[in-house]
Amino acid sequence: MAYNFKEVMSKPERLAGGHRMCPGCGGTIAARAVLRALREGDMAVIGNATGCMEVSTFMYPYTAFEDSYIHNAFENAGATLSGVETAYRALKKRGRLPEDVQYKFITFGGDGGTYDIGFQSLSGAMERGHDMVYVCYDNGAYMNTGIQRSSATPMFADTTTTPVGTRSNGKVQCRKDIADIMASHNIPYVGQSTFFGNFSDLHGKAEKAIYTEGPAFLNIMAPCPRGWRYDPADIMKVCRMAVETCYWPLFEVDHGKWRITYEPKNKLPVEEFLRLQGRFRHLFKPGNEDLIAEFQAEVDRRWEHLQYKCAEALV
Amino acid sequence: MTNEKKMSTPAAPIPERMSGNEAVAFAIRQVNPDVMPAFPITPSTEIPQMVSSYIANGLMDTEFIPVESEHSAMSAAVGAESAGARSMTATSSAGLALMWEELLLAASNRLPIVLTLVNRTLSGPININCDHTDSMGARDTGWIQIYAENNQEVYDNYIQAYRIAEHRDVRLPVMICQDGFITSHGVQNISLLPDQPVKDFVGTYAPEEYLLNPGKPVAVGPYAVTDYVMEARKAQREAMENAKQVILDVADEFAALSGRQYGLFEEYRTADADYVMLIIGSAAGTAKEAVDELRGQGKKVGVLKLRVFRPFPEKEIAEALANCRAVAIMDRSENYSGQAGALGSEVTAGLYRQHSDILAVNYIYGLGGRDFTTEDAAAVFEELREGVEEGRPVGQYRYVGLRG
Repeated sequence: MAYNFKEVMSKPERLAGGHRMCPGCGGTIAARAVLRALREGDMAVIGNATGCMEVSTFMYPYTAFEDSYIHNAFENAGATLSGVETAYRALKKRGRLPEDVQYKFITFGGDGGTYDIGFQSLSGAMERGHDMVYVCYDNGAYMNTGIQRSSATPMFADTTTTPVGTRSNGKVQCRKDIADIMASHNIPYVGQSTFFGNFSDLHGKAEKAIYTEGPAFLNIMAPCPRGWRYDPADIMKVCRMAVETCYWPLFEVDHGKWRITYEPKNKLPVEEFLRLQGRFRHLFKPGNEDLIAEFQAEVDRRWEHLQYKCAEALV
Repeated sequence: MTNEKKMSTPAAPIPERMSGNEAVAFAIRQVNPDVMPAFPITPSTEIPQMVSSYIANGLMDTEFIPVESEHSAMSAAVGAESAGARSMTATSSAGLALMWEELLLAASNRLPIVLTLVNRTLSGPININCDHTDSMGARDTGWIQIYAENNQEVYDNYIQAYRIAEHRDVRLPVMICQDGFITSHGVQNISLLPDQPVKDFVGTYAPEEYLLNPGKPVAVGPYAVTDYVMEARKAQREAMENAKQVILDVADEFAALSGRQYGLFEEYRTADADYVMLIIGSAAGTAKEAVDELRGQGKKVGVLKLRVFRPFPEKEIAEALANCRAVAIMDRSENYSGQAGALGSEVTAGLYRQHSDILAVNYIYGLGGRDFTTEDAAAVFEELREGVEEGRPVGQYRYVGLRG
C-alpha cells in the first residue's frame, strides 16, 4: 500500500502524550512510529524492558499506553513477551479467546536491554519463533542510568564509563552489529531504520515486522539529546546525517534477502554526523584527525560489507 | 475466580509405583496447565522431559516453551500468567537462583504461578544432591512454600497448589518442594486420583484482569514512586497471612476427595512427647522410623514435620511444642548467619514470642545429600534428653553427621 504521510500521522496515538520522557527523546518517537503501523482495530500487547521508556510511561497509577502493556525486568523483554504470545496461542486453542480477536505482540527495549543484558533472552525468543516484534530503540548507551557505554556505543564516544581524558579518546571498541546478528537467527524479518524524511522507511518496516508471521526484529536509531549532546530541535538533522554518511544504513533482511532501502546519492564524510554531537567533540581537536579517519574507515568497511550482502542477494 | 467452595466426592484411588518426578509430571498432565516454560537442571530435568513426552503423544496439550535459561523460564511464566494463562515451571538449585529476581516479580505482581522445585544444594562446591539451600534462600521472595516427605505428598501438594495460589484472598505464587533424588528419583507406592476429579478440583483459571482481555487492556509491572511501594508490600504480606487459612480450607476439600488430610504441619507421636524433632521433607520419614524404635524402648519422643514454611505457622508450631521439654530444630541448609539455620531462627523467635522457655537446639544436617540415618536421629534425641535430664550443656547450633 502506498505510504500516505498525512493519513499515517493522523492515526490515533497508541502512546498518549503526558508521559515523562524528555522533550525530543528519540525513544518515544520510535515507539509512536512503530505503533502507527498497527492497523486500527488490531489489539496489541506491548512489552518493555526496564529503561527510560518504562519508568517514564508507566508510573503507577498512570500508563501512557493505550494497549495492554507489560514491563517485567531489564534483561527479559524477549522471554516475557514470548510467554505472553504463547499464552495467546494457548487461550485461542482452548477457546478462551474469541476466534476473530487478533492480538499483535511488540516489545521495546533500549540498546542496553537488547544488545547487552537482554541479549540471551532476545536470542532465545527469536530462535523459538514466537510471533512477535522486538524493537530496539538504539540510542547507543545506557541512558537511563546516566550515559554509560553499551556494546551499541560507537567508537570514540564520550560516555560516563568511557570518559574522554588526558589518556582516553572515549570508547575503544566499535559497536556491535545487532541487526546482522538477528538476521543470522534466520528469522523472517529484520529491519534497520531511523527517523528519516517522511518516515515512510520506518513505517514500512514496522508494518512488515508486525504483519509478517513469526519473529521480527527492528533496530531503530533513536538519538538521545542528553547522551549525544545536540540541540533537541536538530534530531531530524542528526538522523539524516547518520544515514547520508552511511554510519546508519537503512536496510532490511526479508526472509533472508538483504536489501538497502535507501542509498545516498553522495555518501557524505562521517564528520557531518559526528560534528553535530557533543559526545564526539574531542575528535575535532587539532591532532585527532587520525581518529576521525579511523572512524571513517570502519564506517566504509561496514557499508561495503552491507553492499556486498545485498548484491549477493540479487544474484 | 473459580476458587469458591465446591463439593467433592471421594474418588476411586489408583494404586501405582512411581518416582517423585513421575508423580509431579503425572499431576501436571492431569491439571494440563495452559503454559509451561522450563529449562533442564538436575534433578528436576525429568519433569519437563516427561511433560514434553505427554504432549508429544497427545496426552495433554499444554503449550511448552523450551526456554534458554531459568531466568527466562520464570520471565515467560510471568508473561503468560499476566496474559491470563495458568502457568508453571520446574527447577532446582542454580536454576532457582538464576530466577531469583523473577521470583520476586511473580509474587509482587500477584501472579499465581506454580513452581515444582526439586530441592538441590547450591554451588559451591558444585554438588547435585539434596539439601534445602535453594528454597530456603528464596524463602523471602514472597512465594508460598509447601514441602513434601514422600511422593504421595508431592503429588497431592501439586494438585492443591493452584487452588491456593489462585484464591482471591491470596493470589500468590506457590512453590511445591520435594527432596532431590531422595523423592524425585526414589520409586514409592502412590495412590493416584482419576483425571476428571483432579480437573474438577483444580477448576479453570479465570483471572479478573489480564493482558489478553479484549476491550479491557491492562498494564502490568509499573514503576512505583515512594508513595506506593509500602502499601503494595503490605497488601502482599496480608495475602501471605490469608494463605494460611486458604491452605487449610483447600486441604479439607482435598481430604474429601482423596481421603488424605493435610495441615500446616504433621504431628507424629507428639501428644505426650518430651522430646520433639522439628523437620522438613523426606528426612521426616527417617525421624519417624527412629521415633518408633525409641518409643519401643519407652522413650517419649515425637516428630513435628513442617509442611508449610511460607506462610510460617509460628504460633501453631509454638503451641504444638508447648508441652514438650526440648525440641531439635533440623535445618537442611546453612545460611551462614553464624547463629542458626533458617528454620532454627524462625522457630526460636516463635518460641520466644509465645513465652516458651523449652530447650531448643538447632541442628544442621544432610547438606549436599549427606545421609541422615535413624542412628543420627536417635543421637539427637539423646542429646536433648541429656541436656534436659542431666543438665549437660548441648549448645544451640550443631552439625549432625560430620566426617571424623
